[in-house]
Amino acid sequence: MCPSEPVKHPEIVPTGLDYVTSVESTEVVSIQENYDLWIDGAPTKPSTNRYFQTVNPATEEALSRVAEGGRKDVQKAVEAARKAYNGAWGKMQKSERAKYLYRIARMLAERSREFAVLETLDGGKPIKESRDFDLPMSSAHFFYYAGWADKLEYAFPGLGTDSIGVVGQIIPWNFPMLMVAWKVAPALAAGNTVVLKPAETTPLSALAFARLTAEAGLPPGTVNIITGDGRTGAELVEHPDVDKVAFTGSTEVGKQIQHRLAGSGKRLTLELGGKAPHIIFDDAPLDQAIEGIVNGIFFNQGHVCCAGSRLLVQESVFDALMDRLKLRLRSLRVGDPLDKNTDVGAINSPAQLDKITRLVEIGQAEGATMYQPPCELPERGYWFTPTLFTGVSQSHRIASEEIFGPVLSIMTFRTPAEAVEKANNTPYGLSAGVWTTKGSRILWMADRLAAGVVWANTYNKFDPGSPFGGYRESGFGREGGRHGLLPYLEGGW
Amino acid sequence: MVSRLEVRKTYKLYIGGNFPRSESGRSYPALDHRGEIAARVAAGTRKDLRMAVRAARSAQSGWAARSGYNRGQILYRVAEMVEDRAAAFNAAIRLFGVGSAGARREVAGSIDRLVWYAGWADKFAQVLGNLNPVSGPFFNISVPEPTGVVGIIAAESSPLLGLVSRLAPVIVSGNTAVVLASEQWPTPAIALAEALATADVPGGVVNILTGPKDGMVPYLSSHLDVNAVDAYGAEPGQMEEIEQAAAGGAKRVVRPPRTKLDWDKAQSPYMIAAFTEIKTVWHPKGL
Repeated sequence: MCPSEPVKHPEIVPTGLDYVTSVESTEVVSIQENYDLWIDGAPTKPSTNRYFQTVNPATEEALSRVAEGGRKDVQKAVEAARKAYNGAWGKMQKSERAKYLYRIARMLAERSREFAVLETLDGGKPIKESRDFDLPMSSAHFFYYAGWADKLEYAFPGLGTDSIGVVGQIIPWNFPMLMVAWKVAPALAAGNTVVLKPAETTPLSALAFARLTAEAGLPPGTVNIITGDGRTGAELVEHPDVDKVAFTGSTEVGKQIQHRLAGSGKRLTLELGGKAPHIIFDDAPLDQAIEGIVNGIFFNQGHVCCAGSRLLVQESVFDALMDRLKLRLRSLRVGDPLDKNTDVGAINSPAQLDKITRLVEIGQAEGATMYQPPCELPERGYWFTPTLFTGVSQSHRIASEEIFGPVLSIMTFRTPAEAVEKANNTPYGLSAGVWTTKGSRILWMADRLAAGVVWANTYNKFDPGSPFGGYRESGFGREGGRHGLLPYLEGGW
Repeated sequence: MVSRLEVRKTYKLYIGGNFPRSESGRSYPALDHRGEIAARVAAGTRKDLRMAVRAARSAQSGWAARSGYNRGQILYRVAEMVEDRAAAFNAAIRLFGVGSAGARREVAGSIDRLVWYAGWADKFAQVLGNLNPVSGPFFNISVPEPTGVVGIIAAESSPLLGLVSRLAPVIVSGNTAVVLASEQWPTPAIALAEALATADVPGGVVNILTGPKDGMVPYLSSHLDVNAVDAYGAEPGQMEEIEQAAAGGAKRVVRPPRTKLDWDKAQSPYMIAAFTEIKTVWHPKGL
């Protein structure tokens, strides 16, 4: 944990106060030793007979063993989904579908703490975030789309309300439960059935969710969960009876999936990577902007596709901003994700830690200047100190590649036009942030930033009613809001 | 009476508002329904295509920045220009064996389609976008923006209506287009280019290439400065090649409909939507 050391800064008077550790109890969660696949409403042994470990990244302790799904299992799951599509779920009255989704929303809220702790154990994110963000948002997402299920004819007049069929969904490890909600809720609301593959490092909340759907009485086969790694995902993508694929993950894998699906006639939506510009003008409210910057890059350890990872600061406020930002970094608490006071938790996996470490080494080798606050990391587990890079130029790899970790690359600009030019100088286009008190400039910037989400004088805000998704190589299709229904309706885009 | 020698038209490409020949210096014969040469049409190449994409890219931000009202007026003006040349379009279509009633219907349908989309220019954002009620003190709005440069693979069999039906929904929102015209029946597309050039459509907003599609379709689909490919008019057998090429840039591909194409009915605001990106802007509310 980063000790809250006495800060040597003229504006700060040490108070001598510090938080004591306050660790959330894990008693609320019971994790099975083994998890089978979830097919047709019941646990199902994998045809591979293989199970893989899922580990708590904060302690490196094994949490459970999870089934590795193979081709035959995907076959079974798709068959179950097809049966439910042609039967119970597909034929159900839309108002009844709505009530199932409402019920799931309520049950998630009811068991919110249990799921939050499970999410933190399996993924390493601070309990503060899983408790106050991931779980409430997951429940809210189901509640929002529940309401659409019997009002589809009003969503897109003239388009029709036909569902697509069996949907294969593949989700990442950064927001495991929330991504289940983002994928499953609109798919079911539109009348489709689902085979979903969670990420191999974070399968537990999806498996717990599967059990919750059974408890909710959701017809078997409506939601099937297939665990495994990329090979299992590839089987799902290529299964001939899958009508649509929805993927959230890296741009690299997204393109692979697009290649695999070429000519198949299957529908596809992709929510991919980003390298979001976060632009600070000289008239920005600096204290608020600092909070936005910190939230933008250190939320969820920076494992966020829309993380504000490229900070663009107007030259005239660069020095003042850097002083405050460095100071703020010193008060970030890195450590036990179960501690309610922790700001930055564990890196999700050794592979991701390697990637972050490698890119940070490259950043130094390329000549950028690194700043890290004094920070004592736990001995076990996977950790990375919050990191700033200044002296970054546009051609540096840390300025162009998605690091997906708590690492911020900082550049400067002089004019709004230069800010736009630099901001858009990326193949990505997922999100962007702008801080300025001038209203007309916000709207001018918002018009010009190539990004699916623009946060002005705020950052990393989400809502079930607000569409999210990328321009350019950050993917296509939207999740959330009215627009989030389209990928799951026939004739949608 | 002294006989007068007819002045024939040279069918050229349409790039950046100009009518250049192909850089290759080549042409190919477009045959009429009797198998006779109706015209020698420019055989566009990859290099021509590259120039067209560049022209489309440089025209895009300016076109998108115009008001919807202005784009609507320009599209309406295109309809006027096509109406004015209706006889010439009829003749061009009849050359390919379409009967007189069929040709008239194709031209009239194309004009009416342009008028229909012209009316959407300042309305589609109202229908496709909306304010989002979020839980918290935020103003949150979603608006459709043009995707950028769109490659259009025009239908072979409906040389005017098929082209207009895809071009209009692409450019009405502020995209610019690079069109691969019907290879078999290319002359109506060039006649359309001539109408566009006199209708205040800024140079580069629409670029039309004639020539063998085989070489150009995969190149257009893989070009990293093309943001979306409209394959609505493509043959189903071409889709794998198009989609493979597009995947390298996570590019949007609009596929042909599953049911048989009926160009008479091919108009919808969702065809505009297919070439837009939804941008959502958040701002806090407070004192």
